[in-house]
Amino acid sequence: MSSLRITGGTIYDPANGIDGDVGDIWIVDGRIVEAPAEPDASADRTLDATGLVVMPGGIDMHCHIAGPKVNTARKMIPEEKRTAEPVRRTRLTRSGSGGSVPSTFATGYLYAGLGYTTAFDAAVPPLAARHAHEELEDTPIIDKGFYVMMGNNHYVMKQLAAGEPGRLKAYIAWLLQSTKGYAAKLVNPGGVEVWKSGGGNVHGIDETVDHFNVTPRQIIQGVASTVQELGLPHPVHIHCNNLGLPGNHATTMDTMKSLEGYRGHLTHIQFHSYDGDPDDQSTFGSRVPELSEYVNSHENLTVDVGQVMFANTTSMTGDGPLGYYLHQVTGRKWFSGDTEMEAGCGIVPIVYKQKSLVHALQWAIGLEWYLMVDDPWRIAMSTDHPNGGSFQAYPEIISLLMDRERRLEVLAGAPAAVSDRCTLKDLDREYSLNEIAIITRAAPARMLGLAHKGHLGPGADGDVTLYSPDDDIQRMFELPRYVVSRGEVIVDDAQIMRDTRGRTLYVEPEYDPDAVDDIQAWFEKTYSIQFRNYPVGDHYLQDPLVVPTS
Amino acid sequence: MSTTEAATETAPGLRVVQDATCTFCGCVCDDMELTVEGDRITKAKNACVLGKAWFFNHHVEDRPEALIDGQPAGYEQAMDRAAEILLSARFPLTYGLSDTTTEAQRVALAITDWIGGIVDTTTSVCHGPSGIAFQGVGEVTCSLGEVKNRADYVIFWGGNPAESHPRHFTKYSLMPKGEFVPNGRKDRTAVLIDVRKTKSAKAADHFLQVKPRRDFELAWALRALARGVELDPSIEETTGISLETLEEIMDGMKKAKFGVILFGMGLTMTRGKHLNSEAVLALARDMNEHTRWSAKPMRGHGNVTGADNVVSWSTGYPFGVHLGSGFPRFNPGEFTASDVLARGEADAALIIASDPMSNFSQPARDHLEGIPSVVLDPKLSDTARTASVAFTTSTYGINTGGTVYRMDDVPIPLRPAFDSPYKSDLEILRGIESRIRQRQLAESLPDPAASGA
Amino acid sequence: MAEPFILIPGRTSQQGVTLNEGKYTEGYRVEISTLQVAPEDMQRLELEDGDLVRVYNEVGEFTVPCVTARGDELPPGMLFISYGDNSSRLMGGDTQGCGMPDSKGLDVFLETATVSE
Repeated sequence: MSSLRITGGTIYDPANGIDGDVGDIWIVDGRIVEAPAEPDASADRTLDATGLVVMPGGIDMHCHIAGPKVNTARKMIPEEKRTAEPVRRTRLTRSGSGGSVPSTFATGYLYAGLGYTTAFDAAVPPLAARHAHEELEDTPIIDKGFYVMMGNNHYVMKQLAAGEPGRLKAYIAWLLQSTKGYAAKLVNPGGVEVWKSGGGNVHGIDETVDHFNVTPRQIIQGVASTVQELGLPHPVHIHCNNLGLPGNHATTMDTMKSLEGYRGHLTHIQFHSYDGDPDDQSTFGSRVPELSEYVNSHENLTVDVGQVMFANTTSMTGDGPLGYYLHQVTGRKWFSGDTEMEAGCGIVPIVYKQKSLVHALQWAIGLEWYLMVDDPWRIAMSTDHPNGGSFQAYPEIISLLMDRERRLEVLAGAPAAVSDRCTLKDLDREYSLNEIAIITRAAPARMLGLAHKGHLGPGADGDVTLYSPDDDIQRMFELPRYVVSRGEVIVDDAQIMRDTRGRTLYVEPEYDPDAVDDIQAWFEKTYSIQFRNYPVGDHYLQDPLVVPTS
Repeated sequence: MSTTEAATETAPGLRVVQDATCTFCGCVCDDMELTVEGDRITKAKNACVLGKAWFFNHHVEDRPEALIDGQPAGYEQAMDRAAEILLSARFPLTYGLSDTTTEAQRVALAITDWIGGIVDTTTSVCHGPSGIAFQGVGEVTCSLGEVKNRADYVIFWGGNPAESHPRHFTKYSLMPKGEFVPNGRKDRTAVLIDVRKTKSAKAADHFLQVKPRRDFELAWALRALARGVELDPSIEETTGISLETLEEIMDGMKKAKFGVILFGMGLTMTRGKHLNSEAVLALARDMNEHTRWSAKPMRGHGNVTGADNVVSWSTGYPFGVHLGSGFPRFNPGEFTASDVLARGEADAALIIASDPMSNFSQPARDHLEGIPSVVLDPKLSDTARTASVAFTTSTYGINTGGTVYRMDDVPIPLRPAFDSPYKSDLEILRGIESRIRQRQLAESLPDPAASGA
Repeated sequence: MAEPFILIPGRTSQQGVTLNEGKYTEGYRVEISTLQVAPEDMQRLELEDGDLVRVYNEVGEFTVPCVTARGDELPPGMLFISYGDNSSRLMGGDTQGCGMPDSKGLDVFLETATVSE
């Protein structure tokens, strides 16, 4: 039995209603426990947190850190890696490369260094699930998992078209079990299949997908309801159609409305909130006010932002046609990868510039979302790492949310037209530390259905981040004083003290074993590998934890 | 769903392993049905001629566990000596890796990181130039199942799959009936472009005999035609192929619904190298203005694609990575194995499942012969013969499980057929790593990064 | 009298098969030590299958028996040999900064070898 006592810190634990109270936290064998009754109780180790801000470990619910597209992006951008700050080998830790797509070891250390202890890759094609698990095993310290792409899956579309909800339900459960994934992800539902079958895309949720006689609306509703029936801890996770296109707000609104009666999470909502004419970038603008109003009045929905920050980064997506679009817009090198029966992929390096009207608007639109969703429990911080920017920009985003003056300074350096096309300059709201703790910890844990994360009550994982208060908010969040993972001090004053392995989180929804015959028959006709070689074996999982379905 | 379910005991001492995986070439066919009698595979249903040779010839040979300076030795002693060699080197090279599991590759990466060496794989001398090309122009590609299900126009360029990847035609690229090409071969047009009229020409509808070292010019001409640029008929003198033929091919390419170019080392090993690959990748990319096209290098060794992936996720770079400064650096030509050997720079080598003594350039071989080396191989090779420490290993996919990435990056599990008395690469590398770490942590050796080597 | 040729080392299924049997088997040794020559060149140089030829460039040389290439597989002016020790002898160390030595399309000279080793 090992124990840790964190004493005298100023605690922000919104899930337990604690907002800046001074107190102690006890961790025994990796889990938070009630403080012992005896007044002279002692722990194996005590951290004096007097004057420090104490929060649960951070949770990134939408990032791209493992699997084929991430690794392809790493291979693709030596010119960026060459100038990025590397992660140096120490006596205890491995080396790595940094930049917008860090290597696996670097990813784990960099997240831990920011006080983040959990992260989910948001888009893994099932056929590459084994690969994603191998990379996650080489991603130290943090707990992790991934979402399984199924919005362009042939079997899913066939069952929807055939009106076979029972088979769909069995398949989604079987697929999550086979991949050891955490949640169901839709990426441009139906649109990627159109791209794969001859080029093009769908442009709204009621267009029919060639060959499959199904619409994006049917895919969204079918998967949303199935996920709910299966009792998965996280609702359907949706990357809407028409990402990035001017005027896409209408598709986003249609998607939100189609989810009435279901729970749903809309991801990187910033990229889906644009005004304007799809064929004319100069008409670009924000439609956050009406979209956020809809979210505010519909409790079935949650969002994460996908904040854009001004820097070099890499766009990587399961949205194949989007990759082609970005390649055409930027003229940069382009990777596209189609996966049989399942998914697509697009990768393009990109630079977001403060002086660009479109880019500065994207930045402002992201901030509008943070500031216009009234209930912080329904919005999670993300950059859609690395699409809008690196996860390493989170401290800077926190400072923008907590400091209106800082936002206005950045706005002053952007084209003047930005302020005419969005409401950012009129938004006075400034986040409190408690609200920051919600959107970076408590809310993502709740959206993900992780009862043991995102808070500091008894039974929670012993994942705690301690910050030294600083007038420079960005610096405060960039350099936590201590980071504790499962009750062990992992980071002390910016030094990694231990190289631990995190846990893999996944779900095991039940399914009717009789339904497998039909899946197998389809699989054996279509795939290029053997059915038996598809499911990921338990030995690929690192210290696995099955998160229960309800 | 576990990997053991596929093996059934059909008679005493006779087992059948279904859905086993052949790791000889980059096709990584995972539909093998192996009949195992004791410690021998006696039947390999579905295997091609190369696969049969692979399965039938990797039986257990009577060799010592290891040789130290040519003298038989046990594993423990050999791992001690290997760790000593690697720890005392100033510029060690880790090389090979394409014929072992990703699990073993990961440990080899760890060792190289801890000792601050260079890691390079056989990629640098097969499709390394294609990797460089990819960094220049990107790549539009797809999994082999997409080729099977959709491709109605297939170009093989600078490769001879009939001999190097014998089941590629039948399993993935030409013969299979696919979802959108229901009549299989009849629904596809096949073109072979090569300097030799190889056995693969028989399988193609069109054979284009390109002049040696003119692949770049040919790809550029096709790019021009794709864009509607008029070409001079003298293109025939340059490339060996008439303008009329080129126009006919381009017409077919544009009319295709889903085309794919599968290219081989005829592009990467000849003059132009990465520029040749870049031209072909750019051609496939450009064709997406008309219809859907993909390109894919035909990777050779069983798990060379896994090696690319492991090196990339561990360091951020695909091959030729220098870790001696305490962080990864990438520079083909500087940190690639051929170069650090031919220039006489590496002062020790860790070679895993590869035989550079028989296939590297003469100056590289001359240097490698003279430096201390640690070699892991199931079979005797010229490289093992000249090693300071040569380990006899079990064979991946036949004796040991693990993971292999097919040429299209699809990860596939292995189902071993029978046990070997020899240790796996993974076990030996782990033994070496733990010895290195023990020494580094116990003696508080200065971090190799600090020396600025 | 030596003549210029372009040498294409490459893989064959026979090489792949014998490689598995072992690099010290007769089959492998023969496979990597046989030079294919186009029929027209065989005739012009008055070579017969099994005749020893010496192939060399600025890096090195090898002497092996030649055979007539099948049908129209090899155009005149080109030579083929399975990858292996012999082809490596003609590979230089320069990779032109890309990591890959010239391994195909090598400029070489061929002459008949009068004395076997």
